[in-house]
Amino acid sequence: MRITRTGGGRGRRAAALTTTVLTASALLLTGCSSDDGDSDASDSNGNITLKLADFGQFGYKEAGLFEQYHKLHPNITVKEETTAEEQQYYPKFLQQLNSNSGLGDVTGIEVGRIKEIVDTQAGKFADLSKTINVSDWVSWKEKQATAKDGTVIGAGTDIGPMSLCYRKDLFQKAGLPTDREAVAKAISGGWEDYLKLGEQYKAKAPSGTYFMDSASAMYNAVVSSSAQQYYDADGKPVYKDSQAVKQGWDLAAETASKKLSAGLPQFGVPWQTALRKGQIASMVCPAWMAAQISTYSGDAYKGKWDISRAPGTTAANWGGSFLAVPKGGKHVKEATELVKWLTAPEQQAAVFKAVGVFPSNKGAYELASVKSAKLPYFSDAPIGEIYADEAKSIPEAVLGAKDGVIKDTISNQINNMETRGTSPDKAWKAATESVDKALG
Amino acid sequence: MATTTPARGAYTPPPGGTGTASKRHSTWRSRLWRFDDKASPYAYIAPFFLIFGAFGLYPLLYTGWIALHRVEMTGLDQSEWVGFDNFAKILQDSEFWTAVANTFVIGVISTVPQLLVALGLAHLLNYKLRASTFWRTVILTPYATSVATAALVFALVFRADGGLLNWVLHFFGAGNTDWGNGEWTSKIAISVIVIWRWTGYNALIYLAAMQAVPTDLYEAASIDGASRWQQFRKVTIPALRPTILFTIVISTIGSMQLFGEPLLLQGGTLGSVGGSEHQYETLSIYLFNYGWKLGHLGPAAAVAWAMLVLLLLIALINWIVGRIMRKSAA
Repeated sequence: MRITRTGGGRGRRAAALTTTVLTASALLLTGCSSDDGDSDASDSNGNITLKLADFGQFGYKEAGLFEQYHKLHPNITVKEETTAEEQQYYPKFLQQLNSNSGLGDVTGIEVGRIKEIVDTQAGKFADLSKTINVSDWVSWKEKQATAKDGTVIGAGTDIGPMSLCYRKDLFQKAGLPTDREAVAKAISGGWEDYLKLGEQYKAKAPSGTYFMDSASAMYNAVVSSSAQQYYDADGKPVYKDSQAVKQGWDLAAETASKKLSAGLPQFGVPWQTALRKGQIASMVCPAWMAAQISTYSGDAYKGKWDISRAPGTTAANWGGSFLAVPKGGKHVKEATELVKWLTAPEQQAAVFKAVGVFPSNKGAYELASVKSAKLPYFSDAPIGEIYADEAKSIPEAVLGAKDGVIKDTISNQINNMETRGTSPDKAWKAATESVDKALG
Repeated sequence: MATTTPARGAYTPPPGGTGTASKRHSTWRSRLWRFDDKASPYAYIAPFFLIFGAFGLYPLLYTGWIALHRVEMTGLDQSEWVGFDNFAKILQDSEFWTAVANTFVIGVISTVPQLLVALGLAHLLNYKLRASTFWRTVILTPYATSVATAALVFALVFRADGGLLNWVLHFFGAGNTDWGNGEWTSKIAISVIVIWRWTGYNALIYLAAMQAVPTDLYEAASIDGASRWQQFRKVTIPALRPTILFTIVISTIGSMQLFGEPLLLQGGTLGSVGGSEHQYETLSIYLFNYGWKLGHLGPAAAVAWAMLVLLLLIALINWIVGRIMRKSAA
C-alpha cells in the first residue's frame, strides 16, 4: 500500500520513530541492568542498611536482636528478608549468586546445602575464620563450613539435636510408660524398640490417633544419627550401599506395612491439622520442632506433651543453619561483624529462649538461660539439659552435595509406601531413579 | 477531536519547476520519498522485532545451546559440550513420558469440555437478553483472575480434609476423597481449574464470531422451516469453523504450557514434582523441577526443545485436519 505524504508528517514521523527506538533500547537496557534494590543504601551520615536473607525461622526478630543491634550500632539497620520454605529459598539464592545481584549482605544456608556451597561457590564468600573464633562451635559444625583451602564461609547458627516428643496422655491411655526416663529406657535399645512401642500403642490406641506422624521423619532420624549417610569421605554418593539408609528404609517400610504412622509429610497443612486435632502420639523431635508442635497443637494440648531422649545411643542432628557473607556485597566488614555478634553465645541463647532453636556455640551451653531451660508446654521438660546431652553424642557426619535432594526424594517414596501402599521394592526403584537423576 | 485524513493515492510531483536544478532536486526528493515509502514500514515494525529478538529469539537459541551442554545451577559460568546426551537422557527417563502423557490427558479433558461449554454459553448469550453486557462481563471475570489466586482457592475446594467439595459430596454419601493424591482425581481437579478460568474467554470469542454471521442466513433457514437446533448446527457451526480452529490451537498451546495449576494444587515439594507419584506432573513442571530444583539446566533446556517439537507436531496435525475438513466441506 502506498501512502501519500503530507507536509508536516515527516517531522512527526521521525520523532515517533526516534521515540520508539529510544523506548525499545531503554527497555533492553533496563532488562539487562542489575537491580540491587536498596540493600546497599548508605546515606551521607554513614547510616547503612544490612539485608539479611534467610528462610523458615531463624528467630532473630522474635528475640528482638535486630533492635538490640541497632542500639549498639546506631548507624546500622538490619532488614530481614525471609522466605518461608527453604526449598524455595535455595534456587533463588543460587541464581542471585550466579548473577551477583539481589543477594543479602548476610545470607542463611541450610545444613543440607552447605556442602554444595562449600564445594562449588566457596570463592564467592568472605572468610569468617579471621574475625570469628570458629572453634567455639561444636566441632563438626565448623568442619561442615570449611572449604578445601581452609577458609570458613559460614558461621554456625543452630544445630538440631534430636529427641523424642510424645503425648503423655495418649501414651497412658494406650498403656505405655509416660515418665520421660521410663520412655527413654523403653527405647534405649534403638529404633526397633521404638517400633515395638508403636505396635503396643496400636493395639490399644485411642481412636483416630497414630503412633507417629510420618515414617519419613523417622527414616531421616535414623540416617542422621549415623556418621556415614549418603556420601563417602571422597564426596562420592554411596547411598545405595549405605548401612544407615538401608536400616532407615527397612524401618520405614515396616512402619508403613504395620500402619504405625499417619503418613503425613511434615509441615504440610494436613500435618498441621493432625497436630491441632491431637492425633499424633509421638514424633522425632529436633530442638526446633518443639516450637512447631506448640504452635500447631495450640493451648488445648499444653502440658500434655513431654520430651525424652531419642532411641539408641547416638543422637541425630537434623537441620541447623549457617550465616554467610557474600564477598560481592558493599558492606562486607559490617556484615561480618553482624554475623559474629548474632552467633555469639549470648545471642544464640536469646534465640533459643525465644523460638527454641538450639545453639551451636558451645559457650552458650554453659549459660544459665540455656542450661536450666525448661519448656512449660512440654510438662517442664529440661530441654537445655536434654539437648546439650544429645549434642555431645552426635556423630561427625560426612555430608554430601545433594544430601537435601536425596533425603527429600527418598522421603517422598516412603510417603508413597505409607499412603498409597506402594510396595517397598517399587518405591525403592522409583527413589533410586529420581535420586540418580538429581545426582546428574 | 477532528482529524484530517491524508488523501490516498500515488505521489504526484508538484506542478511547475521545469528548470534543471529543480528537476535534479525533484528526482532526489522523489527517490527519498520512495525510499521512505519502502523503508518506513520496516522501521515501524522494528521495535517489535528488536524486542522479540532480545526476549524471544535469543533465549530460544540460547536454550538450544544449553541443551547441548552440561550446565549446572551451581556453576553457570562453566559448561561442557555433551552433544545430544541431554536429549537421550530425558527420552530414556520414564518420568518424561509420564509428563508427556499427563500433559495430553489433562489437555484433552480440560480443552474439550471447555470449548463445548463455551460454545453453548456463547449461543445463549447471543439471544436477546436483559443486561447482556453484564452477563458478558461476568463470564469473563474468571479469566481476569490470576492463576495463583484461582489455584489456591481451588486447592481449598479440593482439600482432602475439610475441603469444600468433599463436604458437599458427603451429603450424597461419598467418603473423603484425597483429590490431589489420586491418579485421575488430581487430573480432573486441575482440569476444573483450567475450565473455570478459560471457558468465559472462549465463549466471548465465539460470541463475537456469532454476531458476525449475517442474519439473513438465519432468516432464510427459518423460512425453510429449520428449528433453532438445526440453525445452530447448520448455520452457526459452519460459520464458526475458522474461529473454532483458532480456539483449539490457542487452547492446545495453553495446555502444553500448563504450569501454575499443577504446581499449586498441592503446593510445596509435592507440587514441584507433580504429585508423589508424578500423577499430575506436566511437561512444564518436569522442566522446572529438572532445572530449578535439581539444578541441571542441560536436560531442562532439552525438555523445552522437546516441547517445541511436540507443539509443531500438533500444529501439523491441526493443519492437516483443517485441510481435510475444508475439502470435505467444499
